[in-house]
Amino acid sequence: MELIGIIIVAIFVNNVVFSQFLGICPFLGVSKKVDTAIGMGVAVMFVLTIATVVTYLIQKAILEPFNLEYLQTISFILVIASLVQMVEIVLKKTSPALYEALGVFLPLITTNCVILGVAILVIQKDFNLLESVIYAVSTAIGYALAIIIFSSIREQLALTKVPKAMKDIPIALITAGIIAMAFMGFSGIDQVF
Amino acid sequence: MNKNLKVLINGVIKENPIFVLLLGMCPTLATTSSAINGMSMGLATMFVLICSNAVISMLKNVIPDMVRIPAFIVVIATFVTVIEMLMNAYVPALAESLGIFLPLIVVNCIVLGRAEAFAAKNSVISSIFDGVGMGLGFTFSLTLLGSVRELLGTGAIFSLKIFPEEYGSLLFVLAPGAFIALGYLISIFNTLQRKRQTNQ
Repeated sequence: MELIGIIIVAIFVNNVVFSQFLGICPFLGVSKKVDTAIGMGVAVMFVLTIATVVTYLIQKAILEPFNLEYLQTISFILVIASLVQMVEIVLKKTSPALYEALGVFLPLITTNCVILGVAILVIQKDFNLLESVIYAVSTAIGYALAIIIFSSIREQLALTKVPKAMKDIPIALITAGIIAMAFMGFSGIDQVF
Repeated sequence: MNKNLKVLINGVIKENPIFVLLLGMCPTLATTSSAINGMSMGLATMFVLICSNAVISMLKNVIPDMVRIPAFIVVIATFVTVIEMLMNAYVPALAESLGIFLPLIVVNCIVLGRAEAFAAKNSVISSIFDGVGMGLGFTFSLTLLGSVRELLGTGAIFSLKIFPEEYGSLLFVLAPGAFIALGYLISIFNTLQRKRQTNQ
């Protein structure tokens, strides 16, 4: 039951984009077309799950036993950066089809704050390994959901007449604000669990 | 000196990181629920920007080209850890309210972007000026957005009452207000920029 609570809260109530403001740069950058948005969503899910497990193990197995918690930021970002490179190389060798689909998005993900953010959040929230993995996967689902909804609206927006000053980014931000308002309707659901 | 001044003004107005370059959106939206939060986030980022710009520009001939990005990230992460520890020690309440976005300065695209685009190619002094300019531009934008949201949300700026709180709309302090307020600010900034260009 608690795990279901984590899933619902991570996807809807505390949606990464609309209530935690993580990963906004790629959210605005690659959301002009639904196809690229789906690609980005899948790539984030892939890297986020692996990165959360690895950084969790590093925190518990290396940083905490040796009292090196203050190295958290440095070690996490280095691990994430090299992990993304490694995933890229492994995918290129083992699954060219998947690499073809995700390739362009992988380098962008290093600077996506969702990855480092979730890695730090699971430590702060004191989750165990299973809870961390579930939290990471559902955060990624929430991210994919947000970016897909947003990109399908933006595809329509491109066809409409928008005042000159509001073109492109301003109108996109206001759209995101209205979606965020809709997502606020989910708040309170978490009390059920 | 004149060139350095130009670099400084460039960062605040012409290449304002938020309103023109649209970099570093996550902390911009997340930490501007009040003017003071926005300003302190801006200052923390400015500290990291200046220090990392200076160090990277000193080391630019030593770092091999192949590994420059990881090397930059280590330098940046070091200064982020420094400011994180300093804020936790001296202003714990502020560090608490900035929360996870304090360590996340490390993935702020402005910092790495300036290291790559400016500090790796220019002298130490002008890199420091670039850091100050960009940092001021970032701080200015965050303070402005924070003030607008705090005023519309609670009727106060820097906790200074302007109109009674019950007339404010809480929406602007919450998540949707961040997106909407930033959208309008960018469109105003765009219009002003365009007017200035046609006048010239």
